[in-house]
Amino acid sequence: MSATAAKLTLIETAAGSNPAAAAARPALVPPGPVVASQVTAVAVTVDRAAVPIPAQPDVVMSRPAASTAATARPTKTSFSMAMDTIGNIAAAVLPSLIVVAVALLVWEIACASPKSSLPAPSKVWLDAKDLIVAPFFINGPQDIGLGWRVATSLERVAIGFSLAGFIGILLGVLVGQSRWAMRGLDPVFQVLRTVPPLAWLPLSLAAFRDANPSAIFVIFITAIWPIIINTAVGIRNIPQDYRNVAAVLRLNPLEFFWQIMIPAAAPYIFTGLRIGIGLSWLAIVAAEMLTGGVGIGFFIWDAWNSSRLSDIIVALVYIGIVGFILDRLVAFVGNMATRGIQAS
Amino acid sequence: MIARIDPKMALEVSQPSPFAPGDPILKIEGVFKEFSRGGVTNEVLHDVSLTINKGEFIAVIGHSGCGKSTLLNMIAGLTTVSHGAILLENKEVNAPGPDRAVVFQNHSLLPWLTVYDNVKMAVDKVFGSTKSRAKRHDWVMQKLELVNMTHAKDRRPGEISGGMKQRVGIARALAMEPKVLLMDEPFGALDALTRAHLQDSVMDIHTRLGNTAIMITHDVDEAVLLADRIVMLTNGPSARIGEVMTVDLPRPRQRLELVNDPRYLAARAGVLKFLYERSHYVEAA
Repeated sequence: MSATAAKLTLIETAAGSNPAAAAARPALVPPGPVVASQVTAVAVTVDRAAVPIPAQPDVVMSRPAASTAATARPTKTSFSMAMDTIGNIAAAVLPSLIVVAVALLVWEIACASPKSSLPAPSKVWLDAKDLIVAPFFINGPQDIGLGWRVATSLERVAIGFSLAGFIGILLGVLVGQSRWAMRGLDPVFQVLRTVPPLAWLPLSLAAFRDANPSAIFVIFITAIWPIIINTAVGIRNIPQDYRNVAAVLRLNPLEFFWQIMIPAAAPYIFTGLRIGIGLSWLAIVAAEMLTGGVGIGFFIWDAWNSSRLSDIIVALVYIGIVGFILDRLVAFVGNMATRGIQAS
Repeated sequence: MIARIDPKMALEVSQPSPFAPGDPILKIEGVFKEFSRGGVTNEVLHDVSLTINKGEFIAVIGHSGCGKSTLLNMIAGLTTVSHGAILLENKEVNAPGPDRAVVFQNHSLLPWLTVYDNVKMAVDKVFGSTKSRAKRHDWVMQKLELVNMTHAKDRRPGEISGGMKQRVGIARALAMEPKVLLMDEPFGALDALTRAHLQDSVMDIHTRLGNTAIMITHDVDEAVLLADRIVMLTNGPSARIGEVMTVDLPRPRQRLELVNDPRYLAARAGVLKFLYERSHYVEAA
């Protein structure tokens, strides 16, 4: 670290001696604490700059020359725009990186004692390095990378969630469109949706007599309620104007469904889907703990039984990141699909 | 009327209507409208009768809440008639349909479709079986051209102004080639300058196409400028037709020239007089 610090001092002096370099400095070194990758980048620049005679003007001197020449103006603006973009990204990413770094530090200190019941981050790294660096390895039927386990869990979620999406939207349309369906079904839905996902598991194990379809059923039954309820609200909120347009055009029920209902209710439907995918991912881990097999949930249970606490921590990070990606993915698809609907 | 039962005529959808300009195309016969709520029945319209000729431009004017929009919705088929009947080309109106296209007060464009697709949707539905794909495209473009909106055909309703939205609404309604064009306070939500501009457009389109139109309005100048006849409704509840005034001004009408035209001023004064004096008088009677 001392070598890098020396190099940082070096660029400070170089910048101080040249006003143009001083102007360029904030762009090269983003304000605030410097993370490892950026330190390396700076160090490379400084190394080149430190090489005597022609190299340093190559980096610094060419810029004032370009900015004085009128023809080179576009280059300058595009350059500063690129720098602005980098600055914006840094402003968005840096705070969370700082928080993570501080949290890791506190954790490291809190669990530093050898008698500590939980492993410190450094111990997690030592114990479970193979799981962190190589998500996709296969050494045997039960010794596979976490990426494969997550993929297995994702496959179950994909099947259960697709079914829930398909049936949920249809039921939601029915409940939203028909007053009688609402009166009959809504109370039932309101009661059933409060049943915790895992409470369904024994029943589904009894019904399907197999772990995999049972886990898929738990996903299905967990995700379907928010999809039904949100779709129904979306359908009920379709403005009378759109219904009038459909009536004047004499759209048949199928055309009305595809051309008016689905697009008009899409923002609500996607809200339901987004809540549903989050709940599915919550439920799959719990369900797999009980049903066994290959998924990430069973991996955690297995690791607990063999006291591999570091593996559990790594698995938690995997689950969190995958859940975050799933949520963003549905939100992204929703934004693409509902562009312009709210802005009427 | 001569009964025309030529089967070939019946099959051809885009055949010109057997009704010639000036023939009575829409008949409103003794129409009552009541709304019942919690055992209480409110009469909105009382014994409204009116015959509208093909090619005529009718303005319906009255104070807010008097039942103008209810009358229009009944002609459109969006609201049922309590007693009496509405006949379009001698057939009773009991459901909405593209032969009575509506320009809604709040434009009612579908926000997820572009301007072009909003009109295209109507054209595909109405002419899907009678016009080829290329013909339908030309038809859409022609209607958009009529309202000067071809430049914004790929924009969504959220990206254009209120006046432009209303233009597209008019293009969509015209694209259905309605027998009667119904307009429910189409320019009510627009500023005065945009409104004047759109009124000129509507006049121009009416001159070119010679379509039958009914426009609900609460703007006296708009009614006198656009209409051949102005139907004045008395105040609700139980609104009825208080007076029907024929506006005897030659077409094409020029807004600026009419400002000092004594016939225009007389018609305007007549409507104002009705709205501020007689509508109350009738209500008291």
